[in-house]
Amino acid sequence: MAVTVGSRPDGTRPPTAVEEPTAAIAAAGTKARGPRRKAKDHKAKGRKIPFRIRLRRDRTLILMTLPVIVLLVVFNYVPLLGNVVAFQEYDPYASSNGITAIFASPWVGLEQFSKMFEDPLFWEATENTLVLFILQLVLFFPVPIALALVINSVIRPRVRAVAQAIMYLPHFFSWVLVITVFQQIFGGAGIIAQAFQDLGWGGFDLMTNSELFTYLVTAQAVWKDAGWGIIVFLAALSAVSTDLYEAAAMDGAGRRRRLWHVTLPALRPVIALLLVLRVGDALSVGFEQYLLQRDAVGAGVSEVLDTYVWNVGIQNGDFSYAAAVGLAKGIIGIALVLGANKFAHLLGEQGVYKK
Amino acid sequence: MSLNTQLVRSLKAPPRPVWEEPPSKTGITAKSGFLLLCCLGVIGPLWIVIITSLSPRSVIDQAGGLVVIPRAVTFVNYTELLGGGQVSRAILVSVGVTLFGTLFSMAVSVLGAYGLSRPGSLGHRVFLMIMLATMFFGAGLIPTYLLVQSLGLTDSYLSLILPSAVSIFNILVLRAFFMGISPELTEAARIDGASDLRILLTIILPLSRAVVAVISLFYAVGYWSAWFNASIYLNDQEMMPLQNVLIQLVQKATEAPTGLQQAVRTGELSGLGLQMAVMVLALIPVAVASPFVQRHFKKGMLTGAIKG
Repeated sequence: MAVTVGSRPDGTRPPTAVEEPTAAIAAAGTKARGPRRKAKDHKAKGRKIPFRIRLRRDRTLILMTLPVIVLLVVFNYVPLLGNVVAFQEYDPYASSNGITAIFASPWVGLEQFSKMFEDPLFWEATENTLVLFILQLVLFFPVPIALALVINSVIRPRVRAVAQAIMYLPHFFSWVLVITVFQQIFGGAGIIAQAFQDLGWGGFDLMTNSELFTYLVTAQAVWKDAGWGIIVFLAALSAVSTDLYEAAAMDGAGRRRRLWHVTLPALRPVIALLLVLRVGDALSVGFEQYLLQRDAVGAGVSEVLDTYVWNVGIQNGDFSYAAAVGLAKGIIGIALVLGANKFAHLLGEQGVYKK
Repeated sequence: MSLNTQLVRSLKAPPRPVWEEPPSKTGITAKSGFLLLCCLGVIGPLWIVIITSLSPRSVIDQAGGLVVIPRAVTFVNYTELLGGGQVSRAILVSVGVTLFGTLFSMAVSVLGAYGLSRPGSLGHRVFLMIMLATMFFGAGLIPTYLLVQSLGLTDSYLSLILPSAVSIFNILVLRAFFMGISPELTEAARIDGASDLRILLTIILPLSRAVVAVISLFYAVGYWSAWFNASIYLNDQEMMPLQNVLIQLVQKATEAPTGLQQAVRTGELSGLGLQMAVMVLALIPVAVASPFVQRHFKKGMLTGAIKG
């Protein structure tokens, strides 16, 4: 029987003269930096399982994850490399295949980007994008919050459920449907124009009015998504403890005071998070909505950066220039997310990710 | 107040806390008026569209456009549209793409979410990073277009499914939900010798029906509403899904779907009625499906919001 030297069958070690001081030092060490030591030990234990055994153990899990990863690599990461055409004068006919044509196309450095800065249409699209973003921030963003506050104050569960079900509905309609509905109500042959004509006020057509276009698209966005937006606020509100309301009421706070001092502070982190996300998406105000109405109101007001990329690249075949615009938009977008998040941290909010 | 009415009332609404002051009459009126207005704003337009699609030509002509108050009901618009031709074909395409797309997306997402749900498994950190990174940057329209083209997917239904098959947000929601299931359950099964696939199919999935329903709806609605990929990757008009046909109909304003133009010209059908019927066909599936999963929305969204 092989007995390990210095150990008893029950696993404890006999105290020896040599070992005692080291044990004392070790004990002192653990005492001094206890938690850190522990974490390190734990990690070391994890590493003890050899790679090959972990691979064997987790191979099913890895196999299960592979389809997602393959799809992402093929359709997200490979195209990411495809952005090199922004530094080329890409010619799709340089080779039989679109990908190999990249290798056959001449490099032009930053020429596409300098072209972009001199392009008035690009600046027009940027301006439209920013105007729409600000308008939506002011007119769209507060609507779900207000709706959530109203819904939250409804006590009857059945009324609540029905109202919510109706308000969620438009979120699931496609933009094609939403715009068609608006066309039939506010369009030249729509129901309001009809009523106006019957009253002798003359016809009107909101759908082709380029001056009111920004308000029209904001209204469409509100109709489609404001109801859906209340979910996250309702969730935050349902997490507020009723004790807080009761305590506030005991202290003599009326309805309005409780709203101001209990309800709204509870919503603060969610509002901050959503604001950060919105600002990060400032250059992507939406795509389908504008593309679908581009013909009706003209590119002058409806061209946003996304539709500009589509128009220049896919419609006109100037792939390199369109890719340059898309790349610039993407880089500014990342900068905006990081910046907005940093700002949220400065305000003491959590933002999208923690520091 | 009798005991009976009291009971009924208590079923309808939870008791008002004693400290809360009873609502004022004007408050109640204002609130219900506001809510009613909101709901009418959603229901009203849909009502008009549905009623117009169900009206015979004479009623539509008499109204001079859309019909608000139903006078007569006919299904002629629907029977004509569904009796073959462009719209029937488009519906088949849309149903097919939605069905196969949702199945494919769900299979990939559930497998992926489960594969990433065990902390400490080999490579799960790297895989997660690969996924999360794509939330911050997209590749852009042009390179994606070039890729799909050079993979030879243009003019194939695969181009409507593969490029947008998985949504990272949905996978994160699923993963968070799977991780919330108590590990004792899966450990017990593992000790009994169940494989990961078996654990997923017999323990995890039955427990997460709610979130699976919600995510399936999200994917299905995505596929049903999509039109952009079809508009850039498909050239063949015969392959177009329903949304694209609807765009064509609306942008050509009064024109009827191909195949039915003769009937419209000779006066049996109304172009507007047909258009509205196509709209209703496009809207029915989502309007029917979403209320069923509605009660799970909050839970699903919350799991995603907290841990994603």
